[in-house]
Amino acid sequence: MSDQDWTDQQPIVSIKDVHKAFGTLEVLKGVSMDIMKGEVICIIGPSGSGKSTLIRCINALNDIQAGSITIEGQEVHDTKLDKLELRKKVGMVFQQYNLFPHKTALENVMMAPIKVLKQPRDEVEVRARALIKKVRLEGKEDSYPGELSGGQQQRVAIARSLAMDPDVMLFDEVTAALDPETVKEVLLTIKELAADGMTCILVTHEMGFAREVADHIYFTDRGVIVEHGPPETFFESASDPRTKEFLGQIL
Amino acid sequence: MIETIQDFFRTMADTYPKWNFIFFHEPAQWDRVVSGFFVTLQLSVACVILSVIIGIVGAWAQGSPSRTIRWIVQGYIQFFRNTPPLIQLLFFYFALGQFTPTVTGPDGWTEQPIISNVGWAIISLSFFAGAFNVEIFRSGIEAVPKSTLEAAESLGFTRAQTYTNITFPLALRVSLPALNNNLINLVKTTTQAIAIAVPELLYEMVSIWNDYASAQNAAMAVLFFTYIALVGVLAFGMNRWEAKLLVPGFGKARR
Repeated sequence: MSDQDWTDQQPIVSIKDVHKAFGTLEVLKGVSMDIMKGEVICIIGPSGSGKSTLIRCINALNDIQAGSITIEGQEVHDTKLDKLELRKKVGMVFQQYNLFPHKTALENVMMAPIKVLKQPRDEVEVRARALIKKVRLEGKEDSYPGELSGGQQQRVAIARSLAMDPDVMLFDEVTAALDPETVKEVLLTIKELAADGMTCILVTHEMGFAREVADHIYFTDRGVIVEHGPPETFFESASDPRTKEFLGQIL
Repeated sequence: MIETIQDFFRTMADTYPKWNFIFFHEPAQWDRVVSGFFVTLQLSVACVILSVIIGIVGAWAQGSPSRTIRWIVQGYIQFFRNTPPLIQLLFFYFALGQFTPTVTGPDGWTEQPIISNVGWAIISLSFFAGAFNVEIFRSGIEAVPKSTLEAAESLGFTRAQTYTNITFPLALRVSLPALNNNLINLVKTTTQAIAIAVPELLYEMVSIWNDYASAQNAAMAVLFFTYIALVGVLAFGMNRWEAKLLVPGFGKARR
C-alpha cells in the first residue's frame, strides 16, 4: 500500500507485529494495533513494559527489528523514507517538555516551520500566536522556558508540535513530571485537541483521564499487549490477571 | 600639552634616576612602545580568532563518526596541551621553519621564509590555545541534553540544522566562562613570542631597558599596566557577551 492509495477509511496508524530489542533486551515482542483517524488511544501499563518505546518507534526515534509501522499507508521504517515527510505528519510531546531553553515561547513554536518547512516568518508568526492562544498562554509569548511552570512549558511544547500541522500527535507521559495542579491544564489542552478531531496516541498513568477521553485503551506488559478495549469494558471487566493486578494497584 | 607631559617625565627622571619613563619624553622610544603594542594587539586578535575557530572545528570533528578523525583530534589535543607553549613556539619556528619555502627579498638577493616569525608565533600560539578550546567546546556540546536534540529531531530538523540552531547556541553559553579564562591566558602567553624575536611589547620594552638601564622599573610598570588594561578589555567584552546570551533557567542565574 503506498501513500497515494491511503484513504481515511483505513487505519491512519497501523502497527503490525513489531519487535524491538535494545541489545539482548527485547522490549517489544510482537505488538499490533490499528488506529483510525480522529481516534484517541491510551496505552497504559507498568514501567518497563515498552509503552514509551512503542510510541518512539512510531515517529522513528527508535528503529525496529521486525514488523511494520505505517502512517497514512507510509512505512515508517523504510530506509528510503524521507524522515521529514514522516515528521510533518507526526507530532510528539515528551515527558520533560524538551523546549529549546534559549528561545522564547513564541520562538519555540515558530522555529520548526521556519527552519524545517521554510515557511515565511510573518505567516508563521500569525499561526504561532494563534496556537499559543489556543493552549491558553496568551501573554507568555516572550517568556523563556525557564520562566514558565512545568505545565506552561508542556503547553508550549504542544503548541510547538501543532505548528508543524501534524495528522497524528504522540504524547509520551506528558504529565508525569508535573505538579498535580498543572496536570489539569495540560490534560484540558489535550482533551480540546481530541475534541477537534486530532488523532492522539497517549502513554499515560492518568487513569481517570484515559477513561474520560480515550476511544480505546491498550494495556501492555513485558513487551506485549495483554488486553485492550473501549474504556467502559476495559476498566469494568478486565479479564487478564495482569491487567487486574495493575488496575488494582493504580485505582 | 605633549611638551608639558614630556617635561614632567624628564624632570621626574632627573629627580628619581631609577624611574626614567624614557618613552614618555623621547619620541623615538615612544614609537618603539607604540609599535610593540600594535604587534601585541595583532598577535592577540589573530590568535584569539584562530584558536576559537580551531576549537569549534575540532569539537565538531570530535563528534565525527570516523574513528580516524576523532583519533587525529585527540592526538592533536594531547600533544599541544601536554607540552609547554614556549617549546612549541621554538619547535615551530626553528624546526618547521627550516622546511617552509623561501622567497627572494626586496633587496633581490636575500632569501626570506614565506612564514615570518610573527606568522609562526600566530600559528603556534593558536594551535596551543586551540587545543584547550576544543576541550572547552566539547564539554559545552556534551552539556546539551540529548532529549532537547531528540525534540529537534522529532520536529524534522536535520543534523546540520540541529547543530546550528540548537546544539551550538546552547554549547556556547555553557562554554563561555571557560573560554574567557583560556583567551585571557592566551593574550598573556603572546609575550613568549619574544623568544623568536617577534617585536611585540615585551620585546620592545626589554630592548629599551637594555639600551637605557635607568628605564627598567618604568618599563616594567608600563608592561603590567598595559596587560592589565588589555586583559581587562577582553574580559569586559567576554562578560558582556555572556550576559547578553544569558537566558533564564539555563546555565547560571541572571544577576
